Amino acid sequence: MARMKFLCDAERCIECNGCVTACKNENEVPWGVNRRRVVTLNDGVVGAEKSISVACMHCSDAPCMAVCPVDCFYHTDDGVVLHDKDLCIGCGYCFYACPFGAPQFPQAGAFGLRGKMDKCTFCAGGPEPDRSEAEFKKYGRNRLAEGKLPACAEMCSTKALLGGDGDVIADIYRERVLRRGRGAEVWGWSTAYGVPPKPGAQPPAQQPAAGGSGKS
Amino acid sequence: MRTLALFMAIAALSLAGCGEKEQSVVYKQGKYQGKPDTQPWKNESPVAELRGSQWTTGDGRSWEEAVKQRQLAQNEYRRIGQ
Repeated sequence: MARMKFLCDAERCIECNGCVTACKNENEVPWGVNRRRVVTLNDGVVGAEKSISVACMHCSDAPCMAVCPVDCFYHTDDGVVLHDKDLCIGCGYCFYACPFGAPQFPQAGAFGLRGKMDKCTFCAGGPEPDRSEAEFKKYGRNRLAEGKLPACAEMCSTKALLGGDGDVIADIYRERVLRRGRGAEVWGWSTAYGVPPKPGAQPPAQQPAAGGSGKS
Repeated sequence: MRTLALFMAIAALSLAGCGEKEQSVVYKQGKYQGKPDTQPWKNESPVAELRGSQWTTGDGRSWEEAVKQRQLAQNEYRRIGQ
């Protein structure tokens, strides 16, 4: 079974915000909510500027799922992390737990009231009948049920953002890295899909410094 | 007999308002409490105008294969050719 993941290639992202626009348009996301955004590091520094497109990474061991007091999150068979808006109480715990800042809360009133949490669904909708109007209004378009991939990844002009089964997109990325000979670091993958350390596991032993004992 | 049935029906209807359903959800840590979701392959393939992939309804493997072809199209080295 496929394990759906996102992969953003910082060597290719040109900060065009096409993914952000595609997401907002496809899912008709309301004002104030950005399911996806582009983050730029070292902005303006020649040669050091890097951009990455960030949204819910659909973590293997999702922290939002662990902290939710009403247990409104679930993993689909394809590894997509979704939630039930009918159950969400808008407490915001998931926002604090998420390492990617994915959960978004629409401002529901003038006094700082928060609405129900909204986040990237990997264009997989939610727990409403697939491709129904109810699903679209609450969660956005269900492109997976149309045999498509997330709009952000499919719209990416430089193909910096890849979406799909982890094995497939990792193969695409590997081939790309081999051809260009650099830029093998995948931002956020170890955080989202890494294996957590086993309880009681010892940290890896320090490697001795090259060239003997290190004393001079 | 008819009067009795009518009386029973009225009694049942009037007593129905006295019933009280449990409205709070019982929470269990780590257990999803929401509505069940359906798998994408349980749907019919979209019509051709929507330009989606085609699969056999209910067949997870055919859906996965159809979506995989879509994923491979993200590799421009293969898509565009050498």
